[in-house]
Amino acid sequence: MNALQLALAYLRQRPLATALNVLLLALGVATITVLLLFSRQVERNLAAGAEGVDFVIGAKGSPLQLILSSVYHLDTPTGNIPLAEADSVAAHPAVASVIPLALGDSYHGFRIVGTDSTYVALYGGRLSAGRLWSGPGEVVLGARVAEAEGLGVGAAVVSEHGVSAGAAEHGEPLRVVGVLAPGAAVLDGLILTAVGTVWAVHGLSPEHAADLPPGFELPPPQLTALLVEASSPAAVAIFPRWVNAETNLMAAVPAVEIQRLLRLLGVGFATLRLFGVVLLAAAALGVFIALYNAMRERRYDLAVMRSLGASRAKLLALVLLEGLLLAGLGLAAGLALGHATVEALGRLAAGDGTTLALTGRTWAPAEWGLVALILGVGLAAALLPGLLAYRTDVARTLAAP
Amino acid sequence: MIALHDVRHGYGGLPVLDLPDLTVPQGGRLLVLGPSGSGKSTLLHVLAGVLRPDAGRVEVAGGDLYAMGEHARDRFRGKHLGLVFQRLHLIGALTVAQNLRLAPALAGLPVEAARVRDVLAALDLADRADAYPHQLSAGQQQRVAIGRAVMNRPRVLLADEPTASLDDRRTEAVLALLLEQAETNGATLVVATHDRRIMDAFEHRLVLEEVLA
Repeated sequence: MNALQLALAYLRQRPLATALNVLLLALGVATITVLLLFSRQVERNLAAGAEGVDFVIGAKGSPLQLILSSVYHLDTPTGNIPLAEADSVAAHPAVASVIPLALGDSYHGFRIVGTDSTYVALYGGRLSAGRLWSGPGEVVLGARVAEAEGLGVGAAVVSEHGVSAGAAEHGEPLRVVGVLAPGAAVLDGLILTAVGTVWAVHGLSPEHAADLPPGFELPPPQLTALLVEASSPAAVAIFPRWVNAETNLMAAVPAVEIQRLLRLLGVGFATLRLFGVVLLAAAALGVFIALYNAMRERRYDLAVMRSLGASRAKLLALVLLEGLLLAGLGLAAGLALGHATVEALGRLAAGDGTTLALTGRTWAPAEWGLVALILGVGLAAALLPGLLAYRTDVARTLAAP
Repeated sequence: MIALHDVRHGYGGLPVLDLPDLTVPQGGRLLVLGPSGSGKSTLLHVLAGVLRPDAGRVEVAGGDLYAMGEHARDRFRGKHLGLVFQRLHLIGALTVAQNLRLAPALAGLPVEAARVRDVLAALDLADRADAYPHQLSAGQQQRVAIGRAVMNRPRVLLADEPTASLDDRRTEAVLALLLEQAETNGATLVVATHDRRIMDAFEHRLVLEEVLA
């Protein structure tokens, strides 16, 4: 019959109040856990995607849209740019290297990206099977695409026009020649191929010229965007402004646009955080009221325990333990619920072809702060009821009618 | 044994208890008789070490109760005194066996399963060990309360109005049980009551008068 058994017996004695308090705590903890896991992974994903990309060049439009579409593959592209103009930018002394991107097609919601092998190198992609593409018609799958679609080397995928699932199919089937290992940032959710493949699918290869009706000419070859590494820090500051002012192209800096995006998301995060804090405050009040009422109902019990030899400190410890147990149960349930929610969201999103990976099977360091906060809340809520127990007057309580 | 010297206590300037020297030898039986308001409960609380009298010395079971610090008195009470109250004060969240185990646990003594079994058997409660207090009859609850008081083999057993709400037959049974348990455990027994039915079993009697304002 130790203090823990006693505290558990008292919690079991009022199952409804206990369940309600644990539920309230769990919901508050889960909300904040989701927030912590989500914001941390979004920020990490965003940072990982922009690694090594100083700025992006594409068609004029919204710079945020250009970054989202060409770096994170989340939005529709702003349009295409003529290959010749892209080449002239790439030749500029401010530019150290460029990675070409030809976008616009997808397979079951996973985007097909026409590029070259430097794109794989940018994110440290490694092959887990097969080889990289060597010519038009060959594709390499990101790890998540291969897993979600159950495809491997030798399989065929048919390009669909547009970037959302269920678009019209067109062109010849493309052959899978390789699969990337997981953990390569945005590449995990992409299908990679040569730029020429995307042109061929759209009938823009030179060999298609003969098929055109008289009077039509093949349009000049186009790209969607260039990921640019600048030749110097000064170039990062100056070159995008020059591009925007002097050419028909647009340059956008991922770091700037990410900050803008996080500011937008920040409002949502703040709302969610406020919601979680309100839930936690309600839960703390619930625990306090439950323990306070329990102590009043239990003042005879407390006096009897004193008469059986329990010291004042023991009774105080007993009530604090009860508060801690309630908080601990709510905390465990809330963390489990929060992680399960993020994991479920991540799986839902993965099947949809997003390049932002989310998982609940991770632990954000800030969660330790949450653990300390909740246990502190449990202790604080139990403190006043505990003092009530501490100050029980045995003789007066036992003599009371 | 119990020895009181010049114990006085009052509430709000009104004297309730004014006792000359009183001694009960170890194993003796003291009956405290008197109507309501005569200070019976006050005397028992003083003897139990939960109410410091305004004046006087209180020796119980070889300890000078109010010379001890509060924590030491709590431990002393847990180890050497057994208390039975008029209202039984069983812990509703705990089973019968757990209520019994609470006594040694709170007194800081080892909990012996054999002792729990023996006490339950002696009180004819062996088959109710896992029942909760609200599932017991009033008589059974009274026996559990006595069992909890004798769990630690106390040297002094204090009972406050243990028969007040009982009929003659039950009064006899509870009294017999208290006497038997006191004897088995070699305890000094003090019973405070206004119930003159049980006078005959006690060799020491203290009659308290109603205090008139």
